[in-house]
Amino acid sequence: MRLTINGKSHEVDVDPTTPLLWVIREQVGLTGTKYGCGVAQCGACTVHMNGLPVRSCSIPVSAASGAKITTIEGLASGKVLHKVQKAWIDHDVPQCGYCQSGMIMAVAALLRTNPKPSDADIDAAITNICRCGTFQQVREAIHAAAKAA
Amino acid sequence: MTAMPKFTRRSFLVSSAALGGGLALGLRLPPFGPAVVRAADGSPEITVWVAIRPDNTTLIRAVRAEMGQGTITGLAQLIAEELDCDWSKVEIEYPTPGQSVARKRAWGEFSTGGSRGVRQSNEYVRKGGAAARMMLVQAAANEWKVPASECTASASVITHKPSGRKTTYGKVAEAAARLEQPKDVPLKDPKTWKIAGKPLKRLDTAGKVNGTMMYGIDVKLPGMLNAAVKDCPVFGGKVKSFDAARVSGMRGVKKVVQVGDSAVAVVADTWWQAKTALEQLPVVWDEGENAKVSSASIAEILKAGLDAEQAFVGNQAGGDVKAALAGAAKRIEAVYAYPFQNHACMEPMNATVRYTPDKCELWGPTQNGEGAFAQVLEASGLAADKVDVHNVMLGGGFGRRGTYPDDYVRQAVLIAKQMPGTPVKMIWSREEDMAHGRYHPVMQCKLVGGLDASGNLAALHMRLSGQSILAEVRPEVVQAQKGRDPLSFQGVFESGEHSFSYTVPNLLIDHAMRNTHVPPGFWRGVNINQNAVFIECFMDELAEAAGQDALEFRRKLMAKHPRNLGVLNAVAERIGWSKPAPSGVYRGLAHLHCFDSFVAAACEISVKDGNKVKVHRIVAATDPGYAVNPAQIERQVAGSFVYGLSALFFQECTVKDGRIEQTNFHQYNSMRIAQMPKVETILMPTGGTVWGGIGEPTICVAAPAVLNAFYRATGKRIRSVPLKNHGIELV
Repeated sequence: MRLTINGKSHEVDVDPTTPLLWVIREQVGLTGTKYGCGVAQCGACTVHMNGLPVRSCSIPVSAASGAKITTIEGLASGKVLHKVQKAWIDHDVPQCGYCQSGMIMAVAALLRTNPKPSDADIDAAITNICRCGTFQQVREAIHAAAKAA
Repeated sequence: MTAMPKFTRRSFLVSSAALGGGLALGLRLPPFGPAVVRAADGSPEITVWVAIRPDNTTLIRAVRAEMGQGTITGLAQLIAEELDCDWSKVEIEYPTPGQSVARKRAWGEFSTGGSRGVRQSNEYVRKGGAAARMMLVQAAANEWKVPASECTASASVITHKPSGRKTTYGKVAEAAARLEQPKDVPLKDPKTWKIAGKPLKRLDTAGKVNGTMMYGIDVKLPGMLNAAVKDCPVFGGKVKSFDAARVSGMRGVKKVVQVGDSAVAVVADTWWQAKTALEQLPVVWDEGENAKVSSASIAEILKAGLDAEQAFVGNQAGGDVKAALAGAAKRIEAVYAYPFQNHACMEPMNATVRYTPDKCELWGPTQNGEGAFAQVLEASGLAADKVDVHNVMLGGGFGRRGTYPDDYVRQAVLIAKQMPGTPVKMIWSREEDMAHGRYHPVMQCKLVGGLDASGNLAALHMRLSGQSILAEVRPEVVQAQKGRDPLSFQGVFESGEHSFSYTVPNLLIDHAMRNTHVPPGFWRGVNINQNAVFIECFMDELAEAAGQDALEFRRKLMAKHPRNLGVLNAVAERIGWSKPAPSGVYRGLAHLHCFDSFVAAACEISVKDGNKVKVHRIVAATDPGYAVNPAQIERQVAGSFVYGLSALFFQECTVKDGRIEQTNFHQYNSMRIAQMPKVETILMPTGGTVWGGIGEPTICVAAPAVLNAFYRATGKRIRSVPLKNHGIELV
């Protein structure tokens, strides 16, 4: 099966029912995308599939074949960080950081379709779990990234 | 730093007289000088906390675990402050427990819990930084043949003031490393701090925004296999049999193994293959008597404890509290309850182990490197010099990754031991993580208060009934206390870091210990979570019975507790307690003394349709004595409310047939950004000799403040957690 991840093509030999998350982590070897729940609840595994945010733990890899996948490792343009990553650094958002790959991917997708989200837009679109509780800084950083656009 | 030689610095005492003129701390003695201990990259170690690279980078050593709470950045600030190094060129290096043991525990305590990271190691790490600065300055002075007293240091540059000569830490580090470490190491007055005490950025953010940060679950070793594990769902149960042949032909499966008495694991090429096979593995369990236990049967046992004769006393004052209550003008009674809760760290438990008969190494997330080291030692059966533990970033900890018996560290070793030479990464599924937590202890509480004719609190009896963490996890502490678990009284204890912050003429706070088969653990805040709900909600009940304002009623009992009064007044003033709340908005407040910090919260909520709660705003004040990084403290305070309010509204682990019923976040919810209140942090450190903790204290004041506000909004006094059981939602 062929997968296109962060602009690179990968040939993977896996059971087609394997979740995309685990193929990204185990076959492709990109571990920035995290396992949190396996049932599309927490969002730690969020990646972009053809530009849209998806919870990769609950998508069989067969459904991702042919799609353009972007993970946290592919969000920056070379050495230039994505504006969301930059805002995350400026606002010192992560605590343990484990959920933040998924959080950043969800926010980057939101800003693509809604460049200046209101607080209500953020509330509706960002449903990732963060047990450290970084939400106050997440919200500040989203608004900062939107302004940077 | 895996290549540190295992020898200690030899001691060369040189008197100042020998050098003429009170000049020196020590002396260069090539070629006979003491051997220099080196960091992994060969940089000379000045003190155990500091190594300096020739390019002037400072390597600061850290042995406490970083799980998001920012302790590594805070400790580095303290060391850098005393070292006077260039903060922009600081890197962190993590000595292993094996290296520490080989050097007579040179780095002291590794355990990271109880909000102790900064407050208990601040003095010795600051001295480690200050001593290193003195040695570096001395080395420069020796080179220039001038008195050290004429030299100053700033941002890793040493200047000889009279001549204007300059050098860097990097240039004199080799010489400094050969000097004797000074014994008398004065520390700076915190009022003069330039690095510590400032709202600096964390040191560990870059890798957390681009996917490169290495957590335990990300560990990759050459030839590594992956394991999925399932422990008997009934705590205390055992494996009776399993049919490995049914899954051993599945793709990728390498081996099916028993893990101790109670668990089985599948080892496969990938974790997904291992998990898939494990789900299809037929296992017969011997569930034992515990399979008869349910939440209801546990609740009955705790209920009986509320009126039991025997109980351990945690706090007592005045005369016979029962007589005083009998003679009170007004008697108020209430029973509260708090459930089992799982930590639900975002990163499930995991560990990677490579075992050979000559060496057993573990890579994994642990809050206690030395505790994990001891467990690897025991489970591997190898000698201390053949064992080591490599810590990694923790995807949350909250107390779950402390040292508990028969936990994930031991499992990972027992699996790897059955595949000598092959590294095996064991990962728990979320379902396994929910089923085998170390749960927040279950507790009930009966409170009886007596008011005199003037509405003053004359007597209070607070009877706890429920589980002791220490009885299970540190039985030696309980034995030394003749059966009492002092930690059960956190926030209401007779003295110390968790002392009660009211003066009541007749007081009895006691605990009927009722342990269960559900393994308890330290859960962010530990016992302050329930104790703050019990005492601070009941204070509101008493105030109402006395016909007094909740704040005024408290203040009358707090004359001898000025620092608690200070934080309580601060939040009351900021929330505008003395003025009416906006229409439809209701307020509540609470405070506690815990982990040597003084904390209070006041909140504003509104309630729609009688059950939809919006928490608009929480004002939180903390007096931790000293504040090492105000920006990180703000984040810890706000974050603690996410953890604490998730617990209040959503979280309960129920027991049925001896096992935990909840399997994942759909049954064990956690707050989302839409539910996040605006948090305003008031940081008011008042100094003194005691440093308070930060990671935990404020977690406990949000829940009672919200419950007190909910009562004002609805007239309903909720006395058990979580609120979902009462049909109450957080919106």
